[in-house]
Amino acid sequence: MSDNVYDSLAETHEDGQWAFGTGFEDVQEEITAPVPDGVDAADLAQYCLMLGDDALICAQRLSEWVANAPELEEEVALANTALDLLGQARVLLARAAHLGAGADEDALAFQRAEPEFRNVALAEIGDDLDFARAIARLLLFSTWRLALLERLVTSRDPVLAAVAGKGVKELAYHRDHAAHWAVRLGDGTDVSHTRMQAALDAVWPYVDELFRTSEVEARLPGVAVDPAETRGAVDAVLDQVLAAATLTRPSRPGAGTIGGRGGRQGVHTEALGHVLAEMQSLARQHPGATW
Amino acid sequence: MLTLDDLGVLRDVRASADAVTVTITPTYSGCPALEAIRDDLRAALTDAGYRSVEVRTVLSPPWSTDWISDAGRAKLAEHGIAPPGRIGPRAAGPIPLALGRPPARVACPRCGSRDTEELSRFGPTACTALHRCTACREPFEHVKEI
Repeated sequence: MSDNVYDSLAETHEDGQWAFGTGFEDVQEEITAPVPDGVDAADLAQYCLMLGDDALICAQRLSEWVANAPELEEEVALANTALDLLGQARVLLARAAHLGAGADEDALAFQRAEPEFRNVALAEIGDDLDFARAIARLLLFSTWRLALLERLVTSRDPVLAAVAGKGVKELAYHRDHAAHWAVRLGDGTDVSHTRMQAALDAVWPYVDELFRTSEVEARLPGVAVDPAETRGAVDAVLDQVLAAATLTRPSRPGAGTIGGRGGRQGVHTEALGHVLAEMQSLARQHPGATW
Repeated sequence: MLTLDDLGVLRDVRASADAVTVTITPTYSGCPALEAIRDDLRAALTDAGYRSVEVRTVLSPPWSTDWISDAGRAKLAEHGIAPPGRIGPRAAGPIPLALGRPPARVACPRCGSRDTEELSRFGPTACTALHRCTACREPFEHVKEI
Protein backbone atom coordinates (compact mmCIF):
# COMPACT_ATOMS: atom_id res chain seq x y z
CA MET A 1 0.00 0.00 0.00
CA SER A 2 1.26 3.44 -0.90
CA ASP A 3 2.00 6.12 1.66
CA ASN A 4 0.36 8.66 -0.62
CA VAL A 5 -3.23 8.98 0.49
CA TYR A 6 -4.41 9.86 -3.02
CA ASP A 7 -2.78 6.78 -4.50
CA SER A 8 -4.37 4.63 -1.87
CA LEU A 9 -7.77 6.08 -2.77
CA ALA A 10 -7.30 5.51 -6.48
CA GLU A 11 -6.05 1.97 -6.18
CA THR A 12 -9.26 0.60 -4.72
CA HIS A 13 -11.61 2.52 -7.00
CA GLU A 14 -11.23 0.89 -10.35
CA ASP A 15 -12.66 3.79 -12.31
CA GLY A 16 -9.99 6.05 -10.82
CA GLN A 17 -12.46 8.86 -10.20
CA TRP A 18 -12.67 10.49 -6.89
CA ALA A 19 -13.34 14.20 -7.14
CA PHE A 20 -16.76 13.99 -8.74
CA GLY A 21 -18.74 11.37 -10.60
CA THR A 22 -16.73 9.16 -8.33
CA GLY A 23 -16.37 5.64 -7.25
CA PHE A 24 -17.14 6.78 -3.70
CA GLU A 25 -19.70 4.31 -2.52
CA ASP A 26 -18.85 5.09 1.03
CA VAL A 27 -22.01 6.74 2.17
CA GLN A 28 -23.46 5.58 5.40
CA GLU A 29 -25.18 2.28 5.71
CA GLU A 30 -28.37 3.92 6.93
CA ILE A 31 -29.37 5.45 3.58
CA THR A 32 -30.94 2.19 2.44
CA ALA A 33 -33.33 2.12 5.42
CA PRO A 34 -36.95 1.43 4.40
CA VAL A 35 -39.37 4.34 4.05
CA PRO A 36 -41.39 4.67 7.28
CA ASP A 37 -44.99 3.39 7.16
CA GLY A 38 -47.49 5.72 5.57
CA VAL A 39 -44.83 8.03 4.13
CA ASP A 40 -44.70 8.85 0.44
CA ALA A 41 -41.18 8.12 -0.83
CA ALA A 42 -41.26 11.03 -3.28
CA ASP A 43 -42.15 13.46 -0.49
CA LEU A 44 -39.39 12.07 1.71
CA ALA A 45 -36.92 12.42 -1.16
CA GLN A 46 -37.97 16.06 -1.68
CA TYR A 47 -37.50 16.77 2.01
CA CYS A 48 -34.03 15.22 1.94
CA LEU A 49 -33.23 17.48 -1.03
CA MET A 50 -34.41 20.55 0.90
CA LEU A 51 -32.14 19.93 3.88
CA GLY A 52 -29.35 18.56 1.69
CA ASP A 53 -29.42 21.49 -0.74
CA ASP A 54 -29.43 24.02 2.13
CA ALA A 55 -26.20 22.43 3.37
CA LEU A 56 -24.62 21.93 -0.06
CA ILE A 57 -25.21 25.46 -1.33
CA CYS A 58 -24.26 27.10 1.96
CA ALA A 59 -21.06 25.01 1.97
CA GLN A 60 -20.27 26.18 -1.55
CA ARG A 61 -20.72 29.82 -0.51
CA LEU A 62 -18.53 29.34 2.56
CA SER A 63 -15.85 27.75 0.39
CA GLU A 64 -15.52 31.00 -1.56
CA TRP A 65 -13.68 32.32 1.48
CA VAL A 66 -10.80 29.94 0.99
CA ALA A 67 -7.82 32.17 0.07
CA ASN A 68 -9.95 35.25 0.79
CA ALA A 69 -10.49 35.31 4.56
CA PRO A 70 -9.04 38.15 6.66
CA GLU A 71 -6.73 35.73 8.46
CA LEU A 72 -5.58 32.15 7.99
CA GLU A 73 -7.36 30.88 11.10
CA GLU A 74 -10.66 32.22 9.81
CA GLU A 75 -10.15 30.62 6.46
CA VAL A 76 -9.68 27.28 8.19
CA ALA A 77 -12.77 27.95 10.30
CA LEU A 78 -15.05 28.70 7.35
CA ALA A 79 -13.65 25.80 5.33
CA ASN A 80 -14.20 23.38 8.22
CA THR A 81 -17.74 24.67 8.66
CA ALA A 82 -18.33 24.09 4.95
CA LEU A 83 -16.90 20.59 5.26
CA ASP A 84 -19.34 19.66 8.03
CA LEU A 85 -22.25 20.92 5.94
CA LEU A 86 -20.96 19.11 2.86
CA GLY A 87 -20.83 15.88 4.86
CA GLN A 88 -24.45 16.36 5.92
CA ALA A 89 -25.43 17.15 2.33
CA ARG A 90 -23.82 13.99 0.98
CA VAL A 91 -25.88 11.70 3.20
CA LEU A 92 -29.10 13.59 2.51
CA LEU A 93 -28.55 13.65 -1.25
CA ALA A 94 -27.59 9.97 -1.24
CA ARG A 95 -30.81 9.20 0.66
CA ALA A 96 -32.81 11.28 -1.86
CA ALA A 97 -31.15 9.40 -4.72
CA HIS A 98 -31.90 6.05 -3.05
CA LEU A 99 -35.55 7.14 -2.84
CA GLY A 100 -35.63 7.81 -6.58
CA ALA A 101 -34.79 11.51 -6.90
CA GLY A 102 -31.73 10.86 -9.07
CA ALA A 103 -29.00 8.42 -10.04
CA ASP A 104 -26.73 9.18 -7.09
CA GLU A 105 -25.50 12.03 -4.88
CA ASP A 106 -23.15 13.33 -7.56
CA ALA A 107 -25.84 13.42 -10.23
CA LEU A 108 -28.03 15.40 -7.84
CA ALA A 109 -25.26 17.84 -6.96
CA PHE A 110 -23.77 18.34 -10.41
CA GLN A 111 -26.49 17.68 -12.95
CA ARG A 112 -29.55 19.46 -11.65
CA ALA A 113 -30.56 22.91 -12.91
CA GLU A 114 -31.64 25.80 -10.71
CA PRO A 115 -35.38 25.04 -10.55
CA GLU A 116 -34.59 21.52 -9.32
CA PHE A 117 -32.72 22.78 -6.25
CA ARG A 118 -34.76 23.07 -3.07
CA ASN A 119 -32.57 25.23 -0.83
CA VAL A 120 -33.74 28.44 0.84
CA ALA A 121 -32.50 31.75 -0.57
CA LEU A 122 -30.42 32.48 2.55
CA ALA A 123 -28.07 29.66 1.57
CA GLU A 124 -27.47 30.95 -1.95
CA ILE A 125 -27.19 34.74 -1.66
CA GLY A 126 -23.72 36.15 -2.19
CA ASP A 127 -21.75 38.10 0.36
CA ASP A 128 -19.34 39.88 -2.03
CA LEU A 129 -16.57 38.64 0.28
CA ASP A 130 -17.77 41.04 2.97
CA PHE A 131 -16.76 39.19 6.14
CA ALA A 132 -19.54 40.73 8.24
CA ARG A 133 -22.11 39.47 5.73
CA ALA A 134 -20.62 35.99 5.82
CA ILE A 135 -20.92 36.06 9.61
CA ALA A 136 -24.47 37.45 9.54
CA ARG A 137 -25.56 34.70 7.15
CA LEU A 138 -23.80 31.99 9.14
CA LEU A 139 -25.39 33.24 12.35
CA LEU A 140 -28.89 33.10 10.89
CA PHE A 141 -28.33 29.87 8.99
CA SER A 142 -26.70 27.93 11.81
CA THR A 143 -29.15 29.14 14.45
CA TRP A 144 -32.09 28.08 12.27
CA ARG A 145 -30.59 24.78 11.11
CA LEU A 146 -29.62 23.85 14.66
CA ALA A 147 -33.21 24.47 15.78
CA LEU A 148 -34.44 22.28 12.90
CA LEU A 149 -31.99 19.44 13.61
CA GLU A 150 -32.69 19.52 17.36
CA ARG A 151 -36.28 18.65 16.49
CA LEU A 152 -35.37 16.25 13.71
CA VAL A 153 -33.51 13.83 16.01
CA THR A 154 -36.85 12.19 16.83
CA SER A 155 -37.92 11.88 13.16
CA ARG A 156 -39.57 8.58 12.22
CA ASP A 157 -37.13 8.38 9.33
CA PRO A 158 -33.92 6.81 10.65
CA VAL A 159 -31.71 8.62 8.10
CA LEU A 160 -33.03 12.05 9.00
CA ALA A 161 -32.72 11.21 12.70
CA ALA A 162 -29.13 10.02 12.23
CA VAL A 163 -28.07 13.07 10.19
CA ALA A 164 -29.71 15.31 12.80
CA GLY A 165 -28.11 13.54 15.75
CA LYS A 166 -24.69 14.08 14.27
CA GLY A 167 -25.39 17.52 12.80
CA VAL A 168 -26.62 19.02 16.07
CA LYS A 169 -23.12 18.89 17.52
CA GLU A 170 -21.63 20.44 14.40
CA LEU A 171 -24.22 23.19 14.05
CA ALA A 172 -23.89 24.17 17.71
CA TYR A 173 -20.20 24.83 17.07
CA HIS A 174 -20.93 26.79 13.88
CA ARG A 175 -23.49 28.92 15.70
CA ASP A 176 -21.07 29.52 18.53
CA HIS A 177 -18.41 30.70 16.10
CA ALA A 178 -20.73 33.04 14.20
CA ALA A 179 -22.26 34.43 17.40
CA HIS A 180 -18.85 35.23 18.89
CA TRP A 181 -17.81 37.07 15.72
CA ALA A 182 -21.14 38.96 15.60
CA VAL A 183 -20.53 40.15 19.17
CA ARG A 184 -16.89 40.99 18.53
CA LEU A 185 -17.74 43.05 15.43
CA GLY A 186 -21.04 44.50 16.65
CA ASP A 187 -19.63 45.51 20.02
CA GLY A 188 -16.27 46.55 18.53
CA THR A 189 -15.23 49.79 16.89
CA ASP A 190 -17.59 52.28 15.26
CA VAL A 191 -16.57 50.94 11.86
CA SER A 192 -17.02 47.26 12.72
CA HIS A 193 -20.36 48.03 14.40
CA THR A 194 -21.64 49.91 11.35
CA ARG A 195 -20.54 47.18 8.99
CA MET A 196 -21.96 44.35 11.13
CA GLN A 197 -25.31 46.17 11.36
CA ALA A 198 -25.31 46.76 7.59
CA ALA A 199 -24.54 43.08 7.04
CA LEU A 200 -27.40 42.00 9.26
CA ASP A 201 -29.73 44.41 7.44
CA ALA A 202 -28.63 42.92 4.10
CA VAL A 203 -29.39 39.28 4.98
CA TRP A 204 -32.48 39.91 7.11
CA PRO A 205 -35.00 39.93 4.20
CA TYR A 206 -34.22 36.21 3.72
CA VAL A 207 -35.25 35.24 7.26
CA ASP A 208 -39.02 35.01 6.69
CA GLU A 209 -38.64 32.21 4.18
CA LEU A 210 -36.92 30.04 6.80
CA PHE A 211 -40.13 29.68 8.80
CA ARG A 212 -42.56 29.13 5.91
CA THR A 213 -44.02 25.62 5.90
CA SER A 214 -43.88 24.03 2.44
CA GLU A 215 -46.47 21.61 1.07
CA VAL A 216 -43.99 18.76 1.37
CA GLU A 217 -43.16 19.47 5.01
CA ALA A 218 -46.88 19.71 5.81
CA ARG A 219 -47.40 16.23 4.34
CA LEU A 220 -44.69 14.67 6.53
CA PRO A 221 -45.80 15.01 10.17
CA GLY A 222 -43.50 13.11 12.52
CA VAL A 223 -40.92 12.79 9.75
CA ALA A 224 -40.17 16.40 8.79
CA VAL A 225 -39.92 19.35 11.16
CA ASP A 226 -42.44 22.13 10.60
CA PRO A 227 -40.07 25.10 10.28
CA ALA A 228 -42.73 27.45 11.65
CA GLU A 229 -42.23 25.73 15.02
CA THR A 230 -38.60 26.83 15.20
CA ARG A 231 -39.28 30.55 15.07
CA GLY A 232 -39.50 31.10 18.84
CA ALA A 233 -36.27 29.25 19.54
CA VAL A 234 -34.43 31.04 16.73
CA ASP A 235 -35.69 34.45 17.82
CA ALA A 236 -34.61 33.82 21.41
CA VAL A 237 -31.03 33.03 20.37
CA LEU A 238 -30.86 35.93 17.91
CA ASP A 239 -32.14 38.33 20.58
CA GLN A 240 -29.42 37.09 22.92
CA VAL A 241 -26.72 37.67 20.31
CA LEU A 242 -28.05 41.03 19.12
CA ALA A 243 -28.23 42.35 22.69
CA ALA A 244 -24.65 41.28 23.46
CA ALA A 245 -23.50 42.69 20.12
CA THR A 246 -25.35 46.03 20.57
CA LEU A 247 -27.01 45.39 17.21
CA THR A 248 -30.55 46.39 16.28
CA ARG A 249 -32.99 43.79 14.97
CA PRO A 250 -33.71 44.91 11.42
CA SER A 251 -37.29 45.44 10.33
CA ARG A 252 -37.17 44.88 6.62
CA PRO A 253 -39.70 43.31 4.28
CA GLY A 254 -39.02 39.74 3.20
CA ALA A 255 -37.35 38.99 -0.11
CA GLY A 256 -36.33 35.98 -2.17
CA THR A 257 -39.84 34.62 -2.74
CA ILE A 258 -42.40 35.33 -5.45
CA GLY A 259 -46.10 35.01 -4.66
CA GLY A 260 -45.31 32.83 -1.67
CA ARG A 261 -43.11 30.52 -3.72
CA GLY A 262 -39.43 30.28 -2.88
CA GLY A 263 -36.51 27.92 -2.78
CA ARG A 264 -38.58 25.03 -1.42
CA GLN A 265 -40.63 25.20 -4.64
CA GLY A 266 -37.57 25.68 -6.87
CA VAL A 267 -37.99 29.45 -7.21
CA HIS A 268 -34.58 31.00 -6.65
CA THR A 269 -32.79 34.32 -6.71
CA GLU A 270 -30.35 35.18 -9.47
CA ALA A 271 -27.52 34.20 -7.11
CA LEU A 272 -28.06 30.43 -7.38
CA GLY A 273 -27.18 30.42 -11.08
CA HIS A 274 -23.79 31.90 -10.24
CA VAL A 275 -23.20 29.36 -7.49
CA LEU A 276 -24.08 26.45 -9.77
CA ALA A 277 -22.01 27.81 -12.64
CA GLU A 278 -18.93 27.54 -10.49
CA MET A 279 -19.85 24.38 -8.60
CA GLN A 280 -20.97 22.36 -11.63
CA SER A 281 -18.83 23.61 -14.51
CA LEU A 282 -16.04 21.04 -14.22
CA ALA A 283 -18.39 18.10 -13.84
CA ARG A 284 -20.56 19.30 -16.74
CA GLN A 285 -17.67 19.99 -19.11
CA HIS A 286 -15.95 16.70 -18.40
CA PRO A 287 -18.65 14.19 -17.47
CA GLY A 288 -17.11 11.04 -16.06
CA ALA A 289 -13.61 12.54 -16.19
CA THR A 290 -10.91 10.63 -14.36
CA TRP A 291 -7.82 11.85 -12.53
CA MET B 1 0.23 3.35 17.75
CA LEU B 2 -3.08 5.18 18.09
CA THR B 3 -5.73 2.79 16.77
CA LEU B 4 -9.22 3.22 15.34
CA ASP B 5 -10.44 1.35 18.41
CA ASP B 6 -8.69 3.86 20.70
CA LEU B 7 -10.50 6.68 18.90
CA GLY B 8 -13.92 5.06 19.15
CA VAL B 9 -14.18 5.12 15.35
CA LEU B 10 -14.26 1.31 15.23
CA ARG B 11 -17.76 0.23 16.24
CA ASP B 12 -17.96 -3.49 15.50
CA VAL B 13 -16.01 -6.39 14.02
CA ARG B 14 -17.53 -9.70 12.95
CA ALA B 15 -15.23 -12.32 11.54
CA SER B 16 -15.64 -15.89 10.34
CA ALA B 17 -12.95 -18.16 8.88
CA ASP B 18 -12.34 -16.13 5.74
CA ALA B 19 -14.79 -13.21 5.88
CA VAL B 20 -14.85 -10.13 8.04
CA THR B 21 -17.26 -7.22 8.43
CA VAL B 22 -16.00 -4.08 10.12
CA THR B 23 -18.24 -1.20 11.13
CA ILE B 24 -16.82 2.30 11.54
CA THR B 25 -18.34 5.73 12.21
CA PRO B 26 -17.11 9.16 11.13
CA THR B 27 -15.96 11.67 13.75
CA TYR B 28 -17.52 14.58 11.83
CA SER B 29 -20.04 14.37 8.96
CA GLY B 30 -17.50 15.56 6.41
CA CYS B 31 -14.40 13.87 7.80
CA PRO B 32 -12.14 13.44 4.76
CA ALA B 33 -10.05 10.79 6.53
CA LEU B 34 -12.89 8.31 6.33
CA GLU B 35 -12.00 7.20 2.80
CA ALA B 36 -8.38 6.62 3.81
CA ILE B 37 -9.48 4.74 6.93
CA ARG B 38 -11.74 2.52 4.86
CA ASP B 39 -9.03 1.75 2.32
CA ASP B 40 -6.43 1.08 5.03
CA LEU B 41 -8.82 -1.31 6.73
CA ARG B 42 -9.48 -3.17 3.48
CA ALA B 43 -5.79 -3.46 2.74
CA ALA B 44 -4.85 -4.56 6.27
CA LEU B 45 -7.61 -7.17 6.47
CA THR B 46 -6.84 -8.51 3.00
CA ASP B 47 -3.16 -8.78 3.99
CA ALA B 48 -4.28 -10.62 7.13
CA GLY B 49 -5.78 -13.33 4.91
CA TYR B 50 -9.49 -12.51 4.79
CA ARG B 51 -10.90 -13.29 1.37
CA SER B 52 -14.04 -11.25 1.88
CA VAL B 53 -13.75 -7.84 3.55
CA GLU B 54 -16.71 -5.55 4.10
CA VAL B 55 -16.32 -2.11 5.69
CA ARG B 56 -19.63 -0.59 6.77
CA THR B 57 -20.06 3.03 7.82
CA VAL B 58 -22.81 4.06 10.22
CA LEU B 59 -23.82 7.53 11.41
CA SER B 60 -25.85 6.57 14.43
CA PRO B 61 -25.22 6.75 17.33
CA PRO B 62 -23.16 9.89 16.65
CA TRP B 63 -19.48 9.68 17.57
CA SER B 64 -18.47 11.39 20.77
CA THR B 65 -15.00 12.25 22.06
CA ASP B 66 -16.09 10.44 25.25
CA TRP B 67 -15.56 7.23 23.23
CA ILE B 68 -11.80 7.86 23.04
CA SER B 69 -10.23 5.35 25.42
CA ASP B 70 -7.85 6.22 28.26
CA ALA B 71 -5.06 4.58 26.28
CA GLY B 72 -6.07 6.68 23.25
CA ARG B 73 -5.94 9.87 25.31
CA ALA B 74 -2.47 9.00 26.57
CA LYS B 75 -1.27 8.30 23.04
CA LEU B 76 -2.71 11.57 21.71
CA ALA B 77 -0.82 13.47 24.43
CA GLU B 78 2.34 11.52 23.64
CA HIS B 79 2.07 12.76 20.08
CA GLY B 80 1.68 16.37 21.19
CA ILE B 81 -2.10 16.55 20.78
CA ALA B 82 -4.10 17.59 23.85
CA PRO B 83 -6.86 15.02 24.43
CA PRO B 84 -10.49 16.13 24.94
CA GLY B 85 -12.08 16.45 28.38
CA ARG B 86 -15.01 14.21 29.32
CA ILE B 87 -18.39 15.77 28.61
CA GLY B 88 -20.92 13.10 29.65
CA PRO B 89 -24.48 12.91 28.35
CA ARG B 90 -26.01 16.14 27.08
CA ALA B 91 -28.73 17.81 29.15
CA ALA B 92 -32.25 17.75 27.67
CA GLY B 93 -33.65 20.85 25.96
CA PRO B 94 -32.20 23.30 23.46
CA ILE B 95 -28.42 23.63 23.38
CA PRO B 96 -27.67 26.92 25.16
CA LEU B 97 -25.50 29.52 23.46
CA ALA B 98 -22.75 30.53 25.89
CA LEU B 99 -21.50 34.02 25.04
CA GLY B 100 -18.73 35.56 27.06
CA ARG B 101 -17.48 32.28 28.48
CA PRO B 102 -13.72 32.21 27.99
CA PRO B 103 -12.39 29.13 26.21
CA ALA B 104 -11.25 26.38 28.58
CA ARG B 105 -7.55 26.32 29.45
CA VAL B 106 -6.31 23.06 28.06
CA ALA B 107 -3.21 21.51 29.64
CA CYS B 108 -0.19 21.68 27.36
CA PRO B 109 0.62 18.14 26.12
CA ARG B 110 4.34 18.94 26.11
CA CYS B 111 5.03 20.61 29.45
CA GLY B 112 1.74 20.12 31.31
CA SER B 113 1.24 23.81 32.03
CA ARG B 114 -2.29 25.21 32.13
CA ASP B 115 -1.01 28.61 31.05
CA THR B 116 -2.38 28.10 27.57
CA GLU B 117 -4.63 30.03 25.24
CA GLU B 118 -6.86 29.24 22.30
CA LEU B 119 -5.41 30.49 19.02
CA SER B 120 -8.17 29.30 16.75
CA ARG B 121 -11.41 27.42 17.33
CA PHE B 122 -10.72 25.41 14.19
CA GLY B 123 -7.48 23.51 13.65
CA PRO B 124 -5.93 21.72 10.71
CA THR B 125 -8.50 18.92 10.94
CA ALA B 126 -12.22 19.01 11.62
CA CYS B 127 -11.81 17.48 15.08
CA THR B 128 -9.14 19.81 16.49
CA ALA B 129 -8.70 23.41 17.65
CA LEU B 130 -5.40 25.25 17.82
CA HIS B 131 -3.92 26.33 21.18
CA ARG B 132 -0.63 27.79 22.40
CA CYS B 133 1.25 27.24 25.60
CA THR B 134 2.48 30.48 27.13
CA ALA B 135 4.89 28.57 29.43
CA CYS B 136 6.86 26.53 26.87
CA ARG B 137 5.75 28.72 23.94
CA GLU B 138 4.78 25.77 21.75
CA PRO B 139 1.55 25.67 19.76
CA PHE B 140 -0.47 22.47 19.94
CA GLU B 141 -3.69 20.91 18.71
CA HIS B 142 -6.58 20.05 21.01
CA VAL B 143 -9.25 17.50 20.18
CA LYS B 144 -12.52 19.43 20.62
CA GLU B 145 -15.08 17.85 22.91
CA ILE B 146 -18.19 16.76 21.05
